[in-house]
Amino acid sequence: MAILQRSEAVIALILLTAMVVIGLINPAFWNLDNLFGLVKSNVVIGIMALGVLLVLLSGGIDVSFPAFAAAALYLTIKAMLATGYQGVVGPFVLATLIGLAFGAINALFVHRFKMIPLIVTLGTGSMVRGFLLGVVGTSMININMMPPALIDFAKTDLVTMTQPDGSQYGLTAMVLVYGAVALLIHLLLRYTIIGRSIYAVGGDAEAARRVGFNLRTTMLVVYCTAGALAGFAGLLHSSMIWLANPRDFVGLELDVIAAVVLGGASIFGGRGSVLGTILGVFMLVMVKNSLIIMKVDTTWQRVVVGVIVIVATAATVWRDRKRRA
Amino acid sequence: MTEPLIELRSIGKRFAGVRALEGVSLAIMPGEIHCLAGENGSGKSTIIKIMSGVYKPDEGEIRIDGKTVPGLTTRESIRHGVQVIYQDFSLFGNLTVAENLALNTALRERRKFVNWRGVRALARRALERLDVDLDLDAEVGSLPTAGKQIVAIARALMSDARLLIMDEPTTALTRHEVDALFRIVHDIQRQGIAVLFVSHKMREMLEISERLTVIRNGRKVVEGPTGDFDEASITRAMTGQDIRDEHYVWIPPAGAAPAPRLEMRGLTLPGAFEDLTLTLRPGEIVGLSGLLGSGRTDMALALFGLETGWTGELRIDGEPLRLRSVQEAIRHGVAYVPEDRLTEGLFLNQSINRNMLASSYEEHARLSVIDRPVVNDLAQRMIAAMHIATPTGEKPVGQLSGGNQQRVVIARWLLTDARVLILNGPTVGVDVGSKAEIHRIIRGLARDKGLSVLMISDDVPELVQNCNRIVLMHRGRFVQELDAATTTEEQVGDLLKGLR
Repeated sequence: MAILQRSEAVIALILLTAMVVIGLINPAFWNLDNLFGLVKSNVVIGIMALGVLLVLLSGGIDVSFPAFAAAALYLTIKAMLATGYQGVVGPFVLATLIGLAFGAINALFVHRFKMIPLIVTLGTGSMVRGFLLGVVGTSMININMMPPALIDFAKTDLVTMTQPDGSQYGLTAMVLVYGAVALLIHLLLRYTIIGRSIYAVGGDAEAARRVGFNLRTTMLVVYCTAGALAGFAGLLHSSMIWLANPRDFVGLELDVIAAVVLGGASIFGGRGSVLGTILGVFMLVMVKNSLIIMKVDTTWQRVVVGVIVIVATAATVWRDRKRRA
Repeated sequence: MTEPLIELRSIGKRFAGVRALEGVSLAIMPGEIHCLAGENGSGKSTIIKIMSGVYKPDEGEIRIDGKTVPGLTTRESIRHGVQVIYQDFSLFGNLTVAENLALNTALRERRKFVNWRGVRALARRALERLDVDLDLDAEVGSLPTAGKQIVAIARALMSDARLLIMDEPTTALTRHEVDALFRIVHDIQRQGIAVLFVSHKMREMLEISERLTVIRNGRKVVEGPTGDFDEASITRAMTGQDIRDEHYVWIPPAGAAPAPRLEMRGLTLPGAFEDLTLTLRPGEIVGLSGLLGSGRTDMALALFGLETGWTGELRIDGEPLRLRSVQEAIRHGVAYVPEDRLTEGLFLNQSINRNMLASSYEEHARLSVIDRPVVNDLAQRMIAAMHIATPTGEKPVGQLSGGNQQRVVIARWLLTDARVLILNGPTVGVDVGSKAEIHRIIRGLARDKGLSVLMISDDVPELVQNCNRIVLMHRGRFVQELDAATTTEEQVGDLLKGLR
């Protein structure tokens, strides 16, 4: 069974099993509006997870991206309100660039000063969040102030259905954005030398240097992309919920890292894929969503996420050890 | 007379004022297999790094194809066809064989994108050149060491190599794999590529090379055709001393024979060993050999309380024992130095002192508080007694050479007042000089302190020189017992071969 050798196949199989089980417990799971809602909740976490995937592949870890995302969305919307700008593309470019700039700081410390990524990103994340709240502001920007252009953009649906009771629901077009980002990251990882250098660094940084990779470029690409994706996802999130909250995304890093590890990425670097990450994100979102449907307390949801991190990490470690043996 | 491919002329190199190399000259001719021999720390690695452009020499010149190349860089060295295969291979365990092989080419051609079909084709050609068959899609991390080495060699040859430098290539290989490697090396030579083989294993050097250079303490001692050397002359050149073949003679004290120290009677563990009966008296060194899987390690583990569930009788100093744990074994005076001291026996990033004292802290503690001055003084005396080469006992064990690490493990057990010392492969991966030193220490311990030693080894000369008796084990049983004084190395070797 060569196909079962692939981590993605195993994850897909587990995912399907979980879906069947959840469907048996709660048949409403298979309702189209629930599935559409599920897909919608995948978009923001998924885009962030793709950034975290790059960092994990390179052998690092990133806990700063929620702060970067919050900063990017809040600064961008503040800027829009100050200038009265009403476009869509411009703000997303700005949010992406803000995230990218923060990512460059991570890259600088990780590469130039050879610091441990966990410490670097703990520090930068905390600083960015602190500056945002202390210097820029703490007040939320509500629906009445949010730029309408962004809200209209995020409201776009691919298909619209009508419930028997007359209410409407649809599949958000943002899933296309997610898909496009995923495809780009996949192409980057699979078909560019930079992408392969990320795997190489995560496998053995010293060997990567000896072979002749430019690790500075690699690290810049990894952390800048992670930051950029976080910034982009931050603004997208804000547009989708019609709210700009500088305290948003607190604690999200654990969910996202859990999703990426669940998708088969090694916490020690060098292994993981875009497809696996998409599946891992779907699984995590689905489990959390089902817990909400089953009215499980949010504190217990934290327990479940913690268990997922531990179990998924143990599973990948076990897999890697078996391969190395 | 052809020009040497690469030539070092009176090379000198210092690190922080310490001389690593002095006046070393070395010429490698095109297509020759040359051996660079020396003990650990003699300067072999420094020479490799100078040839590959990693270090710049402080004195002397490097010539390639007869032309001086001042300030040789790694890039230039590679361009001139010098390829080094380091001991760790510098491969990516998480990537496939094909990608590992193709990465260098892609980088050299400054590509931006990966063409997977091209990668596979390139990799297939590289492996065909060595006439080996490997799964291109296998992850390199899943290959055995020999497989990784083949990938490393194939990768090195892809960049138009003219000289392949192999650093200790046989360290982790079985005899069978070494033979396969030597076939490949000869094959490479037929393609006109020179090979510099860096090693401290004498038999292999004599077998593979055409010319031999020996260095010691950063100076070249001798150079010549391999045919002019034998093991003894290489050893002398490497260590600067004659390591005499001494035999260990155990003379039972006059009068009553001493009481047995260790007695095994009918020791049986199904699937591992059967009906083992052996008596060791104080001061005896008994050798134990046999093929891998003969059950010898299981037996050692049983004596050390790690393998339980055996039947039969075990006595130490007449007291019948059932060893159920390591603590129990240690309490009864059993000490064990494992085969793989790095993974089983040492805490590599801890200091020498802590490693030596790891098993005896309890004895030196009062109410669970360790008496520091006493303990440190003890460690200091042990470092001196065991001739461990270190400025301080605070140095992490991981930074010591293999021979010195082995001494630390043995020292640890001596501090526990061991009565029975079990050594499993005591000098594997240890260079000749240290080996002789370790042997001297072991013999001294048996003779002067009445320790009973059980020495498990594949190294026949080691057994013959150090033991007064040698027991051969096969398929879980003791099959023969030899008196070392009247047995030659050849006889033991032949008997071992006969066990297959």
